[in-house]
Amino acid sequence: MLRLPPFELLRPSSLEEARSLLVEHGPGARPLAGGTDLLVNLKLGSTEAQTLVSLAAIPELCGIREEAGELVIGAMTPLAQVAASEVVRSRIPVLAQAASVVASPQLRAMGTLGGNLLLDTRCQWINQSHFWRAALGFCLKKDGSKCHVVEKGKRCVAAASNDTAPALLVLGARLVVLGAQERSMPLAELYSSDGAQHLTLAADELLVEVRVPLPEQSARSTQHSAYGKLRRRASIDFPLLGLAANLELDESKTVRAASLAAVALSAQPLSLPKVAAALLGVETSGAQLERAIVAAGALAQRRLKPLDNIPGDAWWRREMVPVLLGRTLRAALSDTGPVNGDPQ
Amino acid sequence: MAARDQHGPQAPWRGEFRVLTKPQRKVDGAAKATGEALFTDDLALPGMLYARTLRSPHAHARIRSIDTQAARALDGVHGVITGADLPQSYGVIPWTQDETALATDRVRFVGDEVAAVAAVDERTAEAACALIEVDFEVLPARLTPEEALANPEPAIHHNERRPGNISKHVKLEFGDVDGAAAQAAQVVEGDFSFHGTTHAAIEPHCALARPDADGRLTLWSATQITHYLHRALALVLGLAPEKIRVIQPCLGGAFGGKSDPFSLEFCAAKLALITGRPVKLLWTREEVFYAHRGRHPMQMHYRTSSDGEGHLTGVDARLLIDGGAYSSFGLVTTYYSGQLLTGPYDFPSYRFDATRVFTNKPPCGPKRGHGSVQPRFAFEVQLDELAERLQLDPIELRRRNLLGENTTTVNGQRITSNGFARCLDEVERASGWRERRGRLPRGHGLGVAGSMYISGTNYPVYPNDMPQGGVQLKLDRSGLVTLFTGANDIGQGSSTVLAGIVAEELGVEPEAVRVVAADTDLCPVDLGAYSSRVTFMVGNAAIDGARKLRRQVLAALAQEWEVAEEEILLAGGRAGLFNGDRDLPMREAFVLAETRFETLGATGSYNTPTLGGDYRGGTIGASPAYSFTAHVVEVRVDCETGVIRCEKVWIAHDCGRALNPVLVAGQMEGSAYMGIAEALFEHHTINSRGLHAGPSLLDYPLATSVDTPELAALIVESIDPEGPYGAKEAGEGPLHPSLPALANAVHDALGLRLRELPFTPGRVLRALRSQAEAGS
Ligand SMILES: Cc1cc2nc3c(=O)[nH]c(=O)nc-3n(C[C@H](O)[C@H](O)[C@H](O)COP(=O)(O)OP(=O)(O)OC[C@H]3O[C@@H](n4cnc5c(N)ncnc54)[C@H](O)[C@@H]3O)c2cc1C
Ligand code: SF4
Repeated sequence: MLRLPPFELLRPSSLEEARSLLVEHGPGARPLAGGTDLLVNLKLGSTEAQTLVSLAAIPELCGIREEAGELVIGAMTPLAQVAASEVVRSRIPVLAQAASVVASPQLRAMGTLGGNLLLDTRCQWINQSHFWRAALGFCLKKDGSKCHVVEKGKRCVAAASNDTAPALLVLGARLVVLGAQERSMPLAELYSSDGAQHLTLAADELLVEVRVPLPEQSARSTQHSAYGKLRRRASIDFPLLGLAANLELDESKTVRAASLAAVALSAQPLSLPKVAAALLGVETSGAQLERAIVAAGALAQRRLKPLDNIPGDAWWRREMVPVLLGRTLRAALSDTGPVNGDPQ
Repeated sequence: MAARDQHGPQAPWRGEFRVLTKPQRKVDGAAKATGEALFTDDLALPGMLYARTLRSPHAHARIRSIDTQAARALDGVHGVITGADLPQSYGVIPWTQDETALATDRVRFVGDEVAAVAAVDERTAEAACALIEVDFEVLPARLTPEEALANPEPAIHHNERRPGNISKHVKLEFGDVDGAAAQAAQVVEGDFSFHGTTHAAIEPHCALARPDADGRLTLWSATQITHYLHRALALVLGLAPEKIRVIQPCLGGAFGGKSDPFSLEFCAAKLALITGRPVKLLWTREEVFYAHRGRHPMQMHYRTSSDGEGHLTGVDARLLIDGGAYSSFGLVTTYYSGQLLTGPYDFPSYRFDATRVFTNKPPCGPKRGHGSVQPRFAFEVQLDELAERLQLDPIELRRRNLLGENTTTVNGQRITSNGFARCLDEVERASGWRERRGRLPRGHGLGVAGSMYISGTNYPVYPNDMPQGGVQLKLDRSGLVTLFTGANDIGQGSSTVLAGIVAEELGVEPEAVRVVAADTDLCPVDLGAYSSRVTFMVGNAAIDGARKLRRQVLAALAQEWEVAEEEILLAGGRAGLFNGDRDLPMREAFVLAETRFETLGATGSYNTPTLGGDYRGGTIGASPAYSFTAHVVEVRVDCETGVIRCEKVWIAHDCGRALNPVLVAGQMEGSAYMGIAEALFEHHTINSRGLHAGPSLLDYPLATSVDTPELAALIVESIDPEGPYGAKEAGEGPLHPSLPALANAVHDALGLRLRELPFTPGRVLRALRSQAEAGS
């Protein structure tokens, strides 16, 4: 059996204690949330850690609450709870939808929202056992010096593969992080473009919560959002492409604001402001809509270039960019998301 | 010979079944549901050591030297072995023994076994493996059959008789195929390919060996063929067979993937002998992918000829088979790739030319529907093309070519019962074929395909004239009947079927029958769970044995009651007369029998009649009975994404007589599930570096429950004259038509012919784009 390498497991009961344990144990220590990514990577040897600091016994990290026009979701809130939450489903459905299509029911029960945002980047040459990677000669993300996706590449382009990241990007979420002090930052700033070092979080920093501005509900504007996920099987699989859309319509059903984001391309989940701009001012009740969707699709296809990093047919993933975008936008406007690649 | 006695298909007690033909619980169902059932890895023995295997990181290399000193010196390590400790080569087929438990001088694929270590725990064994230094001289790796053929040197195996990396070549011709093509009104010709898939049984391979103080060895292993493993262990370990006991505990699926003797069984045994302690070796999921023995990739060229009315006149096939690094069952696979195509349709001329080639990849072997799923795909798609050309309904085309019953195929196989025509009727009716096919909106379609498969083969892998299947029975005053059999229940439910047969014959409740199976010390030899042979062969052996005991019980009762034996009925755990007089619990009937005949026991056996064509290889694929299947598959294709969704499969299968209809339906559904998943999702690929593209259950995409189509099992009973009560196989045949019926349904939906498996969305989308270009 493929066994976990030995590690020390610490179970702090407060945030402060967790922080000081991380500081004390240095870079060999890692926070453990649901473990559905971390433990797999430890088994494979693509991640190493001597100490795991479990966050399971810290009550303030778990739960969903409304606070001053924001929805505050604790980092340890299980994805299943996010997907089932009444406020999330009614006010920011794109997040409920994205959480609902992560992995499988068992993994959503264990996996947390924080862990999902901090998911390691993925690549067919890295998500393999140590034996396999040794036979390959390793790669520059771990233990090696070459990239097998981009020949002569100096930077890892493993793919961000977390479904909730684009959803939270289009919602304008901010993160609360506890380091030497508590700080807050826009979600986009969490990520860097280097797949080997894709987070800007320091090793001893903790993600505490995610804060999502709740859209105003008024007669003059309505909010419509959806998540679209491309995958081979209808469960379990990581995204081959993920797209989140959030649209604000005025009373004449014209797009007043639009944001789009994508995942499963390169190391960062990507915001797509230029593509979204193509939707601004579009009357969604008329024939204009389909033309705008086609235009946005063409723009997106130029901008998004799936690589041979994650398994699967990169050509097909590229061809799917406009298709998934169109379907996701239509699902957003008709409030019928998520889109999960089933035949239409 | 008793073994060849025909028992007749009738029910034993004046024609009425009381246990069989009714749904019955599996004998081990409750134990599996509660977790009480013990699988090999559940077993633990005092003082047990754990072993791990060191594997080759190279696809092809010569081993210059191995240094195990540091590994031996590691604390907690008790034994280290290399190829030098187990040099005897073996292989499941006696003529192609090209495997060794650990590499002796050569490694032939990434993952090939090099050394094994037994230690106090797995982690220590793993650490010791990392300390073993192997000096490899890397050789060029051949990753496709074309490459291997083009580069005979350095050869993957040195074989004077078959140079050039050829593992097996079979060319057989029956009738005048070229003449048929020259005179045909229609000739359809084309290339097809099958990609390679693996079994992915939920339970990984595991073996536990215990050296006994008296010089014997016991091996528990997750195997589906205890008997061949027993023989191979004796050969490789150099131990007399009577010193070795092989036991198969509860098994978590096999599908052909546990048919070969495997490295881990020899290594666990050898390490146990060396250390004097029990040794367990459990493979990781990744290692199971390296063990493989899955379905062979094949490139297939078919040319099918017919007259103007769609009567087939000839079939001509050329197959290039990618065997991977070792022979395994490859000799049989190569024959099966041609020999099993000659039904359910009749054609007067046939040729196949099949070449299996060694490559530096995990070895291929038998997987559910061994050897014939790939050719069946090609041929049944070609039949659809022929129907299209002739503007015939594809079911009608198939009806025009029915082989029928009690006949002989073009390659000399004897056909007895044949329910294929009824299978076609059933799927046609149930799917609403006549009203719907060809009339559904674009993207939505129905497709049909048929097939035939063996109920065991009359060719044991090593030639001998002993019975193919055997049972031993004992009954006594307790009322319990115990059946001992070498047959392997691998989840398919063979022990349940055998218990049912014994209960039917002796009139006891099924719960009063205990089955002891797959233990070479206790059970008579059976050749194991492969080629869909157990129900047919061991079922007949069980009838044979049970009838001997029944005669004794009846004789004792007739004497006691002073009636004729024919008046007595044993049923439902009670003995009485057909006219209702007399009523005795069976236990008391057994007391009478034991009193009169003393200790009660009987053996039963089965052997096949002489079968097969009179030519070299003519017995391979010869079976005492053939099952027949037809599928209709319904698909919906998304024209924008190329995603195929299989909505429903109607499976009509002629299993002879359904002894336990629930188990038969389960096999039919499981087969179709597997076939559809192979067509749409699964792909056992080795990448350009010689590495398995994704040796995990995340990357090897089995269909999940939400990807599974609705499955409708339609049982057809042809009542075979030689099967046990008329039964034939149900475990493999129902897989075959899934793939071509799906391809044919896509054609109905879109007018697209898919000839290359698997039907990934990218492939379908490319085909749709070319279709659009061609049309515009
Ligand atoms: C078979 C399989 C399929 C999957 N499919 C998908 C999928 O379709 N989509 C998808 O998005 N994911 C998928 N996943 C990945 C994973 O299950 C989810 O992303 C999950 O949300 C991860 O959360 P977790 O709580 O288990 O994270 P963990 O594994 O516990 O942690 C992940 C990382 O985040 C760090 N971390 C966690 N919490 C904190 C914190 N509060 N502060 C600082 N650092 C922290 C950990 O140290 C670790 O580096 C899949 C996983 C598996 C095994
Ligand atoms: S993108 Fe390159 S460096 Fe990064 S994981 Fe893949 S192969 Fe390694």
